[in-house]
Amino acid sequence: MGASAAIVTQNLSRRFGTVLAVDDLHLQVPEAQIYGFLGPNGSGKSTTFRMLCGLLKPTAGEVDVLGHRLPGDAERIRSLIGYMTQQFSLYRDLTVLENLQFMAQIQGLSRRERRDRVRHSLRAYRLERYRKRRAEHLSGGERQRLALAAALLHRPPLLLLDEPTSAVDPQTRRDFWDALFELINQGTTILVSTHYMDEAERCHRLAILDRGSLVAEGEPLELIGNIDATVIEITGADLKSLRETLSGLRGVWNLTQLGSRLHALLDPGTERPVELVQGALANAGLQANVSIAEAGLEDVFVAATGKRPS
Amino acid sequence: MNGIRRMWAVALKEFRQLARDRLTFAMVIGIPLILITLFGYAINMDVRNLRAGIADQAGTQTSRRLVADLTATQVIAPVRQAATAEELERMLLGNEIVVGVFIPRDFERRLQDPNREAAQLLVDATDPLIPGIVSAIADMPFALREHGVQSRLIPRSGRSQQGSLFSMRQYYNPEGRSAVMIVPGTIGVILTFTMVLFTSIAIVRERERGNLELLITTPVRSIELMLGKIIPYIFIGLLQVSLILSAAVFLFDVPLRGTLLDLYVASLAYVVAVLGFGLLISTIAKVQFQAFQLTFFLLLPSILLSGFIFPFDGMPLPAQYFAQALPLTHFVVLIRGILLKGAELADLLLPLQKLGILFVISMTLAMIRFRKRLD
Repeated sequence: MGASAAIVTQNLSRRFGTVLAVDDLHLQVPEAQIYGFLGPNGSGKSTTFRMLCGLLKPTAGEVDVLGHRLPGDAERIRSLIGYMTQQFSLYRDLTVLENLQFMAQIQGLSRRERRDRVRHSLRAYRLERYRKRRAEHLSGGERQRLALAAALLHRPPLLLLDEPTSAVDPQTRRDFWDALFELINQGTTILVSTHYMDEAERCHRLAILDRGSLVAEGEPLELIGNIDATVIEITGADLKSLRETLSGLRGVWNLTQLGSRLHALLDPGTERPVELVQGALANAGLQANVSIAEAGLEDVFVAATGKRPS
Repeated sequence: MNGIRRMWAVALKEFRQLARDRLTFAMVIGIPLILITLFGYAINMDVRNLRAGIADQAGTQTSRRLVADLTATQVIAPVRQAATAEELERMLLGNEIVVGVFIPRDFERRLQDPNREAAQLLVDATDPLIPGIVSAIADMPFALREHGVQSRLIPRSGRSQQGSLFSMRQYYNPEGRSAVMIVPGTIGVILTFTMVLFTSIAIVRERERGNLELLITTPVRSIELMLGKIIPYIFIGLLQVSLILSAAVFLFDVPLRGTLLDLYVASLAYVVAVLGFGLLISTIAKVQFQAFQLTFFLLLPSILLSGFIFPFDGMPLPAQYFAQALPLTHFVVLIRGILLKGAELADLLLPLQKLGILFVISMTLAMIRFRKRLD
């Protein structure tokens, strides 16, 4: 890693009534990198985010954000973090300019800083044309650029983005990520939660969460290399029958159809997996090509979060 | 310095949102005007023109003079003529009239006899106000000049029939006009209603729209947020005071005996206190609907227990103690004092201080309730 850590959590847990939303999380987020949280809905991503910026008090465990201990030091880190919520949370009945000015004032910027930075962010996030338009009349992508611009007005060293691209088109997503990499170059640490694989692949490091627990952590390539499963690719005429036959086979964890191919995740302890699959298919009288395939991040995700036979 | 800047940022934002929210803005102007008109005209205890039936069996000049005098009071308006008392009773039953005047055949003779009632009033007592009003007419000294005798329509028990025993002199509102009694307190009721309604949804709305999740990750402090939110409403409150006051003076002839400055200072203290209550509600309610419910929960006892409608001194002690916690109680004293009695603030320091205390308490509670966290 090399770089020092911007965020460290130990035994971080949060309970809502009887539900354990976040379970004993140990994390180290290095500085000036994009750190991704990947997980299905309800995996505890948002809860973790809210604990990291002091919105929720952990039930147990410790959090250190930029050298400040939470929740005690929550007020101290307010000016050090920029937070972009999952839902658009600026004022819909205010204009782009008014929203930015408001956030700049709330962040306690001086009159000159306010003028300069608002002007700069209108330009940098291509919002100049809409400065007099109310936020409620912006498109999803424009609204998202406004939210990002507002979160960055006070130049926070740490940026928390909670599913920032869930409501925007692919081109807007690409632009958005380009903007994030620019921030990394300026030394900002970015924490982003997502459920898109292509976004997850762009992160420096990833944490995969499932039902509140950390199930995998590392650089995307590292995760793919260390996948705790064997990936078999099957091509054949009758994918439906192939799938039905394999779904009952011992050692097969998961089957995913990718166009005209089938990806099977197998227990890594399985000996001679290709032969096993071929044999099973031959017994059922099915024709197919079977080979070992390279894992993708999706396979890592499925292997980490999928239901395994216990 | 930063704190004040942030507070103003919140206030400015609130102003802008308010100016854009047409419905709320219409309510700022509309509610006071509608309510003051309703209260001023509808809660009218000067009952006039009660529908009356007349059964004049005497048919003499004197009896006709009595009917004419009764009519001249404008309290009753003859709408029916009847021959007998029974006929009057039927009219009462059918709600054709609410008062019947029965003048018997031997009216002239009875007038001469101090021990007998000369005539009879039949009153529909299903409305709580009417009997009192009619008994007031009964006590009125009608000079039936030809005879130089006062009428004794319904003698009070055990009292001599030589007219009323006491003479009454009324202070501040000698005509006993309801508008004078009702309108000043109405200013307070209207302010409670609008101020609490607007602020009670202030924080709840931000929570519902998700703004709060973002706001609480910023360095803005609770007190800056709270004060910033109520500043615009202080101005709106004072604007409403001006509106209602104009209506009171021009529409209802309510006197302004004190100074305008005192009036605005008292109103400011009151507005600030009710805004504190509104914010407190806002930190308790989870959704806007609950905020509305809690607003009425505050409004109803305010109207009933503050002395606005029912005399404060007539209430049982526990109710009086409870009413101390309602800002309207103190405002009713202040506003009646300034408008009607011409009192100065120096005479009214106690209610003014109590409003200040209520403001501090409500704001403190609101601040304790409002945490910069989601849980």
